[in-house]
Amino acid sequence: MKKKWNCFQKLCFSLVALIGVSAVLAACSGGPKKDEVTTGEQPSGNEPQTIRLVAANHPWTEAIMPLLPDFEKETGITVKVDSYFEDQLSQKTSVEFAANAKSIDVVLFRPLQDGKQFEKNGYFASLNEYVSQQGNSTDDFVPSALGSVKNGDNLYGLPVVTESTVLYYRKDILEKAGLQPPKTLDELKEQAEKLSDPQNGLYGFVARGKRSPAVTQFSSFLYSHGADFMKDGQATLNTPEAIQAFEYYGGLLKDYGPPGTLNMSWPEAMAVFTQGKAVFYTDASALYTNATDPSKSGVADQVGFAPFPAGPGGNKVAAPPAWAIAIGANSEKKDAAWQFVKWVTSKEVVLNLQADGITGALTSVWEMPEGVAHFPEDLTEAIVENNKHGVPYDRPAIINVGEARDAIGDVINAAIEGKDVKAAAEKSNATFQAILDKE
Amino acid sequence: MLYWIDKNVKWIYPLPAVLFVGLMMIFPIGYTFWLSFHEWSMSNITPPLWVTLDNYMSLFKDELFRESLWITFYFTVVAVGVQTVLGILLALLMNKHIIGKGLVKTLFLLPMIATPVAVGLVWVLIYEPNVGVANIFLQALGLPVQEWLASPDLVIPSLILIDVWEWTPMIALIVLAGLVSLPKDPYEAAIVDGASGLQIFWNITLPLLKPAIYSAVLLRLIDALKTFDIIYATTQGGPGTSSQTLNIYGYVLGFQYFQIGKASALLMVFFAIVLSLSILVISLRKKAGASL
Repeated sequence: MKKKWNCFQKLCFSLVALIGVSAVLAACSGGPKKDEVTTGEQPSGNEPQTIRLVAANHPWTEAIMPLLPDFEKETGITVKVDSYFEDQLSQKTSVEFAANAKSIDVVLFRPLQDGKQFEKNGYFASLNEYVSQQGNSTDDFVPSALGSVKNGDNLYGLPVVTESTVLYYRKDILEKAGLQPPKTLDELKEQAEKLSDPQNGLYGFVARGKRSPAVTQFSSFLYSHGADFMKDGQATLNTPEAIQAFEYYGGLLKDYGPPGTLNMSWPEAMAVFTQGKAVFYTDASALYTNATDPSKSGVADQVGFAPFPAGPGGNKVAAPPAWAIAIGANSEKKDAAWQFVKWVTSKEVVLNLQADGITGALTSVWEMPEGVAHFPEDLTEAIVENNKHGVPYDRPAIINVGEARDAIGDVINAAIEGKDVKAAAEKSNATFQAILDKE
Repeated sequence: MLYWIDKNVKWIYPLPAVLFVGLMMIFPIGYTFWLSFHEWSMSNITPPLWVTLDNYMSLFKDELFRESLWITFYFTVVAVGVQTVLGILLALLMNKHIIGKGLVKTLFLLPMIATPVAVGLVWVLIYEPNVGVANIFLQALGLPVQEWLASPDLVIPSLILIDVWEWTPMIALIVLAGLVSLPKDPYEAAIVDGASGLQIFWNITLPLLKPAIYSAVLLRLIDALKTFDIIYATTQGGPGTSSQTLNIYGYVLGFQYFQIGKASALLMVFFAIVLSLSILVISLRKKAGASL
């Protein structure tokens, strides 16, 4: 069929087609173009540089923000901070790194969660050269924390936050009942039972019950029952001690916990505690400001801290490095990035941060009176006591941490639900072993 | 130039659409298909490794996959079923002359235009077992409190309730559009013959509405199968794996376990399921349409 088109129609059609094609092309080329602008080589020398720090929504990031102008004044390097929730951060950074993006100069990461995976994939620049230029600049780091950011001799990050599982408790309630904070897990259970009063909205114990987030805080219960996640490459989730630990933790939450613990990570569990609805709460020391800050907590002046109670397997508690900082392998401003890393892990800044309540990773700062001045006295005591029996990891130290955590979390969930813990442990042990065999 | 355009206009005209479909749909699906035969952990150093059908085999052996398949269907069938019945009833109601019909219609649109993640977060608060409105409401009625999203047995019904709340209005609006355009003659004839209201509905309205209902169900079915945002914003597939649908499991496999190959295989299976269900409903609709 042949139809005569007039000039106007032709023009219209070609215009529409042109706009359409160019729109599609523009959409396709949008990404790389944008990258060029943000990551293109910056002139070195005295020209102002901008580096991008990808971080987590964490007290550390909040505390570092007000200090950034000092760094900028000192070095002329501007720091642009992008911060995300923990899980989004892992995904965001892994996707950006996998796409070979040059846009990440400095990244905050969880050495126990993402460290091995990211290092194996070549996402991090090696810090060896920079560190050796500085002489013995890494000597001051807490050794176990530093060990978690190394692969053999390759140093790929520097720890910035350490933490350990401490027992949060309500001073007023214990005082009224004439009780001392529990020293053993048996005492913890007894007191939780005694003080639990669900009719009046008071529960004896709260902690994380959500599948994967629960694992890191459950680990201290596991260790102090004399068990571990694995031994010599063999999964050990089904040992009698481990099953006892699962039953103990799940039982506490089932019998004395608030409703809905299966969906609780730390924000939800902390909310229950700070609303005055729980007597005992075990979680990371690094979160303590949420409980003692009157603007966030309704029981701020009644929060006490105690070292993690000893279990039948002795006194063992997870005391790992929680966060570390690294330089992106594809960053085009590695020198500027290193200046920032050096600055942020320097004694002065760490002391400054620690005065803000951030539990740092420098031994010398922990030994200085002004380094611990800001912490509640009983919290410092608890942390120092914990560090004596600290286990340097709070989840299996492997590559596929996410998968392993889910498998372990399944057993915790089964225990909270009052299901057959032994069967769940056997099943998860097999899954976990399969993960170990793959690595 | 003009002559060239004149000659090739049938190619030039759909070109943008073809390019768009190619780049935005065919390429990603093809790439996913290609990845589903590889083992790859998003690593720059180790390239994808060809493993033939291993990913599919491990998927069918995977208990979690079967569980998520069941959860997906459970969620979809109940949610779309309830929505369809409620939606038709609502449409019939709104087709009557009621006061403030315009206002009601506008209010109906609200759940649909809200951002799903925001909707999810609001419902998290509503369902919160300790302070949430849902339990306060139950207590006021003298009923026992529930754990809603935190209970492995209740989590899917709770999610279905959110989905029904959000999407019933869409079915109602589509069916209402169908109702408005129905011919008047059959009704006049039925009334003359002395048919009851129920008989009229069952024998005239419903058959005539079939094409509209099928369209609405088709749209909802595809959407409900693919639901991600509401579930992720409220439970992330939890507690445990009780609300882990295929979509969520695919996401977990891909972005949390970094098993890109297995995740791709799962998504290809999922794609096939959605496609075949859509074809089924479309053919049903054609049949219904032909009987008009």
